[in-house]
Amino acid sequence: MPANPAKEKESIPPLKLWAHVVALAWFIPGGGHFLLKRPIRGALLTACVLVMFVLGLMMRGALFQPQTGDLLTTVIYVGGFIGNLASGIFYFLTVWLGYNQPDVAGHVHDYGTKFLVGAGLLNILAMVDAYEIAVGKKD
Amino acid sequence: MKMTLSHFEAAILFAFLTSIVLGIVTKKTDRERIRYAVYCFLCFVGALFGIGWLMYLGHR
Repeated sequence: MPANPAKEKESIPPLKLWAHVVALAWFIPGGGHFLLKRPIRGALLTACVLVMFVLGLMMRGALFQPQTGDLLTTVIYVGGFIGNLASGIFYFLTVWLGYNQPDVAGHVHDYGTKFLVGAGLLNILAMVDAYEIAVGKKD
Repeated sequence: MKMTLSHFEAAILFAFLTSIVLGIVTKKTDRERIRYAVYCFLCFVGALFGIGWLMYLGHR
């Protein structure tokens, strides 16, 4: 007889174990790893996200603003905005310092835009890693 | 200051940084991490050349 699938379903670990770690990992890329005493991994993650974000800025990539409309527009603009936002403090500093690059044609600008979103996506991977370390699923 | 990179340079930089992060977050030991990061980077570069050739041949 097969085991009850409801029993096999994992319960979510207590919020106090991981919420502050994930929040710090989002706001300061690599910060969650520093908090969890993994400084080398944290430094490498900080460096990778920062370098990718700065390269995106130097290529004059555009930051997304959330827009809705047809499905494709919503996916691209809302998804892009979430990707930008995932870079945490780098995104906020950039906006606060007045970076406002319009979306123009050209492969360099295009790569820049993708690098800015890519930096956020890398940070999401780092946040998931920090979560797994915080709840004990990973060393 | 504006940086102007070719497609190839930008894609290699992207592959390099992404491979490091993938290595860090997916494996458990340092040796595994380095091996996986190198593997990912080579896959990126392989895909870059493969897709590049496909586009070249597709546009002839």
